[in-house]
Amino acid sequence: MEALDLARWQFGITTVYHFIFVPLTIGLSLLVAIMQTRAVFSKDPVRKDAWTRMTKFFGSMLIVNFGIGIATGIVQEFQFGMNWSEYARYVGDVFGAPLALEGLAAFFLESVFLGLWIFGWGKMPEKIHLLTIWAVAVGTTLSAYFIIAANSFMQHPVGAMLNPETGRAELDPSQGSILAVLTNVTAMAAFPHVVSGAWLVAGAFLTGVASWHMVRHHNRARALGLDTEEGQEQHLAARDLYRPTVRFGVVAMFISALVLVVSGDFQAKIMFEQQPMKMASAEAHCDTDSEVPFSILTVGGPNAFSEDCDGVTHLIEIPYVTSILATNDPFAELQGVDDLNAQYKEQFGETALDIRGNEVEVDYRPNLFVTYWSFRLMMGLAAFSGVLALWALWATRGKGDKARTTGSKLFQWFAVLSIPMPFFANSAGWVFTEIGRQPWVVHPNPLDPTVRLMTLQGVSANPGWMVLTSLVAFTLVYGVLAVIWFQMMRKAALKGAPLAKRDPDTGEPDTPTLSFDY
Amino acid sequence: MLEGFDFGVQMNVATSWKRGPGTRGTVLRTIGPVWDGNEVWVITGGALLFAAFPEWYATLFSGFYLALLLLLLVLIVRVCAFKWRDKVDSDRWRTGWDVVHVIGGFAPALLWGVAFGNIVAGVSIDENRWVTTTLLELLNPFALLSGLVFVLLFWLHGTLYLTLKIEGPLREDANRWAGRLAWPAIVAGAAFLLWFQLAHSNTWLTLIPVAVAALALIAVVPLNRRRREGLAFGATTTAIAAASIALFGGLFPYVMPAVNDPANSLTVANASSTAHTLTVMLVALCVLMPIVLAYTVWTYRVFRHRVRDEDSPAPGSELLEKAKQGYREAFEQD
Repeated sequence: MEALDLARWQFGITTVYHFIFVPLTIGLSLLVAIMQTRAVFSKDPVRKDAWTRMTKFFGSMLIVNFGIGIATGIVQEFQFGMNWSEYARYVGDVFGAPLALEGLAAFFLESVFLGLWIFGWGKMPEKIHLLTIWAVAVGTTLSAYFIIAANSFMQHPVGAMLNPETGRAELDPSQGSILAVLTNVTAMAAFPHVVSGAWLVAGAFLTGVASWHMVRHHNRARALGLDTEEGQEQHLAARDLYRPTVRFGVVAMFISALVLVVSGDFQAKIMFEQQPMKMASAEAHCDTDSEVPFSILTVGGPNAFSEDCDGVTHLIEIPYVTSILATNDPFAELQGVDDLNAQYKEQFGETALDIRGNEVEVDYRPNLFVTYWSFRLMMGLAAFSGVLALWALWATRGKGDKARTTGSKLFQWFAVLSIPMPFFANSAGWVFTEIGRQPWVVHPNPLDPTVRLMTLQGVSANPGWMVLTSLVAFTLVYGVLAVIWFQMMRKAALKGAPLAKRDPDTGEPDTPTLSFDY
Repeated sequence: MLEGFDFGVQMNVATSWKRGPGTRGTVLRTIGPVWDGNEVWVITGGALLFAAFPEWYATLFSGFYLALLLLLLVLIVRVCAFKWRDKVDSDRWRTGWDVVHVIGGFAPALLWGVAFGNIVAGVSIDENRWVTTTLLELLNPFALLSGLVFVLLFWLHGTLYLTLKIEGPLREDANRWAGRLAWPAIVAGAAFLLWFQLAHSNTWLTLIPVAVAALALIAVVPLNRRRREGLAFGATTTAIAAASIALFGGLFPYVMPAVNDPANSLTVANASSTAHTLTVMLVALCVLMPIVLAYTVWTYRVFRHRVRDEDSPAPGSELLEKAKQGYREAFEQD
């Protein structure tokens, strides 16, 4: 393999890896902040106690997760210079700004306040301490915003022009400059999609972990007998401690699903205008046609794993859906991959110059197999969370004294197995949007296509063995860290929150406050 | 400067190795709440470099590829060492992460030093602004001396930080080690700065910060002997700041000189972003920096306030012990 392919593999591996931890951090910091808010403002001592315990329980996992997200984020920033130096030169004047803004506006905020939150338990007034976790939640979300703004410039460059003298993209005050970059319509659509994807991850995580404990305590209570003191303690743990968290996770999943669908639909529509090739390849839609259906199963020809359209056959189709997805008009005509390819060849040339000035033939079609299936994987895996949410809601139905918990082993295992699904859906979404942009690293804006760069023109001049060395080194170190991370998260999740000792007369739990006394 | 004492404190994990994992943990706890913020400066610094000097960023990062790869790997595991060391209650687990801490202290200091040495001495850069100097050529005597100076200086700096932040026998240890480290740091530092001044500086004006750095370093010896710990720490801080001013001042107007052909050199002018982007970044800095500084200072005040309240005689370790205790009660429910 050449340096270009290796550098692409490295970017793919390190990004997907980084984005295992990031959505959980973004989503969980918000959900923990909400749980702590409920703890601080609950009048009912039982609820106050339960939310306090859950805040700490999920907070301890948030801390484990936070570190590795930061550590792998450093690599993302350095990589632009190490492997993609020519890209960095081309876009640096524009692209560096949102990254630096992320550091200044968001990264300091989340790091400093996470430290304050961790070490500040019992050292500051309850409500000020609550503000620190909110600062963390705001910081992580703000981080996502700036990174999405930077990424959106690669999908749809705005606010910049090509300087013919240097041959580089530069911020253009007459086109709105940095404000245009930060309010890019592509970013406005992608940001809610990514952030709600993070909520889905965290919501499923909350429901999955809490369900596991709820079922465990439910069954223990039944084994000990509800009339015994221990049995009652277990019963209350299931009903008052974990059940509310299960349902809270469900609410988070419902809200995120709503935002995901609305923002995803909006994204699809602007993508058909901005990057028609990406959406056509999402459907493996080869020839220009109207009334385009949405296929559920498609097989390829002999070269199914390539950019090749030959032999692509849609086996199961839902009529009109892709046309509706693109334009809201079921009869709309959509350009196919092959026609777009021919059109781009005419517009941008059949060949391009690589970094060493060699002419290289260009195919403007991304890898159809990857785009087609990652698009379906993204939506299909997210649906898993829908089932979990509905099942959890049904299993915990009822109010007050009739509030139910469940002892179903099947539900318990389904809940746990549902935890990783939104993670994979997030990864699939990123794989789709990044592979779908190929062969471009900066996709030309159809309104002003002068600012554009192909991936093969962005790579560093370093030899293949060098990139291979770093690819192997990162993969190995990341592999080891992933194992340690998983073990620590698993241990923390299995441990559960400590149970409250209730006052036998009043029924009130023993530690109703968030602060500690020395 | 800030990362400097973090690295130095991590190096002290090695010097206190024999005292066992518990003591090593105490050493690390002196930077527990601050290292994270210091690391963010490094990351934000990288992003600011990208935004303000994209050509420098691109040439430097692609040209010093393998050195940066090593640095990145160490920075990654170093973060995990900080975050995860106390998450499992086992001496073997802690000892394992302590090894990582020692590497995480020495290796980045050495790598930064070698990289800096090469930046000021210059490397071969072709007309595409690609570095053509090989890895072996990067390990030249001047750069290696630079690496050694960085290690010794940060080590001394971190040790003096410890004398400020720790109590009991560990403080004695730190004092002793500071005494031992001072002379090698002075000799190596003086040799490096003289070499730089004579061979690589573009102006005799840098003699002033060079002299300041040398004097500040020499002052560490009597200050440390008299247990003027705050002043001694201030002296190494001054030395590091003055040396940085000397290095960048002597480099000006270059940011990365090309030794093969001066025409290929990167300068402040030809490696920077457009004036418009620089203005945008300056405005952002002016607006956001005060906010960041404000809440960073507030953080320190929140923790310091407690000490005054309880009339604690030695702020450092006891405060951190209390913070640690609060943390344990909050998150480790066993």
